[in-house]
Amino acid sequence: MTEWKDIHSMKRRIILVFLILTCFLLQSTIFKTLSLGSISPNLMVIVTSSYGFMSGKKEGLWVGFFCGLLEDIFYGRLLGMHAMIYMYIGYANGYFNHIFYEEDIKLPIFLISVSELVYGLGTYVIMFMMRSRFAFSYYMIRIILPELIYTIVVTLIFYRVIYMVNRRMEDQT
Amino acid sequence: MRRRERFTIPGKYILFVLTVLCVGTMSLSFLTDFDGGPLNVISGYVLIPVQRGINSAGGWMRSKVENLEELTAVRGENESLKEQVAELTLENNSLLQERYELAELRRLYDLDNEYGSLDKIAANVIGKDTGNWFHMFLIDKGSDDGIRVDMNVIAGGGLVGIVTKTGPDWAQVRSIIDDMSNVSAMVLKNSDLCYVRGDLQMMTEGTMQLNELRDPNDEVEQGDKVVTSHVSAKFHKGILIGYVNEIHTDANNLTKSGSLTPAVDFEHLSTVLVITDLKQQVDVNKADGEEADSQEEQPPVSGDETEESSGTPDGESSTTPDVPESAEGEETE
Repeated sequence: MTEWKDIHSMKRRIILVFLILTCFLLQSTIFKTLSLGSISPNLMVIVTSSYGFMSGKKEGLWVGFFCGLLEDIFYGRLLGMHAMIYMYIGYANGYFNHIFYEEDIKLPIFLISVSELVYGLGTYVIMFMMRSRFAFSYYMIRIILPELIYTIVVTLIFYRVIYMVNRRMEDQT
Repeated sequence: MRRRERFTIPGKYILFVLTVLCVGTMSLSFLTDFDGGPLNVISGYVLIPVQRGINSAGGWMRSKVENLEELTAVRGENESLKEQVAELTLENNSLLQERYELAELRRLYDLDNEYGSLDKIAANVIGKDTGNWFHMFLIDKGSDDGIRVDMNVIAGGGLVGIVTKTGPDWAQVRSIIDDMSNVSAMVLKNSDLCYVRGDLQMMTEGTMQLNELRDPNDEVEQGDKVVTSHVSAKFHKGILIGYVNEIHTDANNLTKSGSLTPAVDFEHLSTVLVITDLKQQVDVNKADGEEADSQEEQPPVSGDETEESSGTPDGESSTTPDVPESAEGEETE
């Protein structure tokens, strides 16, 4: 169906790594100063999810794994926890690869939102519910939903950037 | 399609292998004190220089923006400040009196020589937790600069947190407002012990949990200072944590709990001081040799028993950490 997907050139990987690193750095620095009510958007979910539905399960899986691993190394408690969540998000988004049309923004927004919601709920269950913090409605209203909304707003701009980067890579390979 | 099969392994298998890997590292880091080892070093070399750059650029931009905002604010402020000068002169007199009181109190708690004689190094905050759930941050000094896990981090005279992971030129700090933080503390006024816990839910109101305070004589009231306690295995004694915000008696009628306002502004943290003396080392140097029970298992002792536990055992760090991940198990509300 899509021949370019098979060609994993070195250049493509380097650009991908570069993109992930940039997002991670942006998120832990500039986006933290741009936070509203101490809530900042989640770029890593945007990247992971986008690569999942743009390039398929396998690439989504790898991108998610490395995004999560970075978070784990620098800010995590359990090494591998975020890596696993993001990895599954990337993989699951890969299932929508065949209904993804380049011009359509509705599907990306929808998928990224769902991914973000899954990420929020996953983190709540693993890190909070397990420690008997059961005020779910509070966390939902105060953390998960604001983060979701902020992420969607950022997606509107940021998705175009990722899309363009991906498009460029496609054209070259 | 033929070509693809020759080159690649199906995604399912990769997913499976990586899941096993993740579960492995997760349990490894949960059960042992494995913290990534070489991963910390490699990723640190790649990311930290850039992060430092971005952050100083961001800081520069922000200071410019703030300059403009401030200019307008300053004019109005000037007016009100003049009025305040008059008020303050009056207040100053009463403060002078309080200063004697403070000196008295300091002598009482040995804050002066305990707190002042510790070695500190300054570090910049270069990154904050990427998620919105926890309050970890990164500083630009690491094991090469002598930073070790469990070192206390302070800023502006108040306790900020504790070093939880180090790389060659970076270190991860868990702030005390983090949801998993748990610090053994005492009320300065009467040396009553209590616990200060970070709580995501309360942090949005700018407060933290204050738990298990005995206060038998009902002396503690709003505005009282809370400092780190002498029984803590990891935190040096007498570092200001914050001020009592509100307090009420628990359902068991024995202990009190409430909330506490931290002394440090965690939103605008940019420079911190790391105390490079570990609590355990200092205690060994003092050579008290006095055995004290670990405060993790038992409830805090009340004020009149404080003498018996002036030194914490030296080897305690490995067995009963003060605010470890094992504190999770303890939090059963």
